[in-house]
Amino acid sequence: MVPESYYTALSAILFTIGVVGVLVRRNPLVIFMSIELMLNAANLALVAFGHRAGAADAQVLVFFIMTVAAAEVAVGLAIIVTIFRLQRRLSVDELSIMRW
Amino acid sequence: MSAALVPLAPLLLVAATAGLLIVLDLLPPREGKGHLGVVALAGVVAALAGALTLWGREGRAFGGMLLLDNFAVFLDVVICYAAALVLLLSMDYLRRNGMESGEYYILVLLATLGMMLMAQAADLIVIFLALELMSLSLYVLAGLFRGRLTSAESSMKYFLLGAFATGFFVYGIALIYGATGTTALDRIAAASGGLQRDPLLLIGFGLLLVGFGFKISSVPFHMWVPDVYEGAPTSVTALIATGSKAAGFAALLRVLFSTFKVAQPDWALLLWVVAVLTMTLGNVIAIAQSNLKRMLAYSSIAHVGYMLVGVVAGGALGAGGVLFYLLMYTFTTVGAFGAILLLERGRQEAVELDDYAGLAARHPLLALTLALFLLSLVGMPPTAGFAGKFYVFGAAIRSGYIWLAVIAVLNSAVAAYYYLRVVVYMYMREAEGVPTRPAPSFAGRLALGVALWGVFQLGLMPAPVLDLAQAAVAPLLR
Repeated sequence: MVPESYYTALSAILFTIGVVGVLVRRNPLVIFMSIELMLNAANLALVAFGHRAGAADAQVLVFFIMTVAAAEVAVGLAIIVTIFRLQRRLSVDELSIMRW
Repeated sequence: MSAALVPLAPLLLVAATAGLLIVLDLLPPREGKGHLGVVALAGVVAALAGALTLWGREGRAFGGMLLLDNFAVFLDVVICYAAALVLLLSMDYLRRNGMESGEYYILVLLATLGMMLMAQAADLIVIFLALELMSLSLYVLAGLFRGRLTSAESSMKYFLLGAFATGFFVYGIALIYGATGTTALDRIAAASGGLQRDPLLLIGFGLLLVGFGFKISSVPFHMWVPDVYEGAPTSVTALIATGSKAAGFAALLRVLFSTFKVAQPDWALLLWVVAVLTMTLGNVIAIAQSNLKRMLAYSSIAHVGYMLVGVVAGGALGAGGVLFYLLMYTFTTVGAFGAILLLERGRQEAVELDDYAGLAARHPLLALTLALFLLSLVGMPPTAGFAGKFYVFGAAIRSGYIWLAVIAVLNSAVAAYYYLRVVVYMYMREAEGVPTRPAPSFAGRLALGVALWGVFQLGLMPAPVLDLAQAAVAPLLR
């Protein structure tokens, strides 16, 4: 039996990888994948905590988060496609017509 | 309607209208979607009236996941006002830009539903779902003008940063669940009394604040605001600036004052710093802007700073002041964006400062209206802006935050420069080139009229509304 703290630690590592990925990568798709990683880190933590508490509510929350993540994918990919159609390139550095 | 659903009446009205619109969108007439806007408006006004009749009632629904109290009612009213005014402004605006579509009205209603859910949520799960319902709708709305690169770019930036914030928010919920074993706000409050210094709870709370910081656009999570406000369709910008901010503050105030009451000295100190940074940065950068939408974006960041002053002050005066401020900010900001949205130069929207030169000579009424909204943003008496600032800063002084109030007042003085510059352009410059002219739009004028009424109603007789706002925060503070 793996202790619960292992899962928490793993989720913290995944979350950190996700945050760093968002900050350093330039391709919107990869940034988006990193955000998904952050959400799934939260899912992992929730499952571990829910297992300890012996209650189902955390597991239910995980399903909600997965559903919302799917909805985000739908909207996010649509936006990325729109940008690509207009610009024929895909990098957040190119998204700079508006600046201060 | 069964008694259990009464607390949800405003939500159900908006949801039912959204459902109805989805069906109506498929039916003829195919060309022209103006009638959908009218139906959407009727739904939002009905929800507004429904919310007003629920004042004073308390209730819970769905196993305590959703609740109704005076706080929720007050914010439902603010959000419905914002949505109704935005719908009025949208009708002709969309037609002029050739983007009239049924989806627009459906998405505005769904975003409104998410905002109202945030005000009525009693559980972190519901806050999360409501936040996402609102945000996903707004991401799409920001990119509505899909042929324009600015609109697509604003949508992309809003989406990436918003989803990033969601990641923080969800991880915060997970850690709070780990520390307390629950996601219900009142049970977290009960459980957190014993473990004030639990690192898991503190980090979770901090991550939650990051998520909220993005939604209310406080420094240092404000980077998306100027680009999104500038690129999004102006009617959508107005909704993002007012409704989504009100919803963010609704959930933030509930979490801070009722759930994390034990940590009040700690978060007050943190928010003190955030408030000062937010208003100073917003005002200083706004000075350098020549695009009006962008200027109002930075100004909206500054106003979030003022509202945070009220949050720091706390108590019925401070929190009640924030609610009053949100209502006055909704009327004023929708009005200001509405006036911009009605003006066009050539085939373009008039958003540059130069477009406003000499406007008062040719269109005195519209120029006067815009000037009044800008004066309300400055905080001139007898407009609502003065009353709002007076209450919020007064609450800070009463609670002993003298320096915070001083910095806030100095900031308001700086802000006067860039708001009044627009007024100077309108009244004291000569127009050049193609004239800027207002688009004929009855609905748009009606929206401006209602917003102007709000600005003066709250400015000349603020006391009754302030009393209501203070009664509204009472459930949070007990």
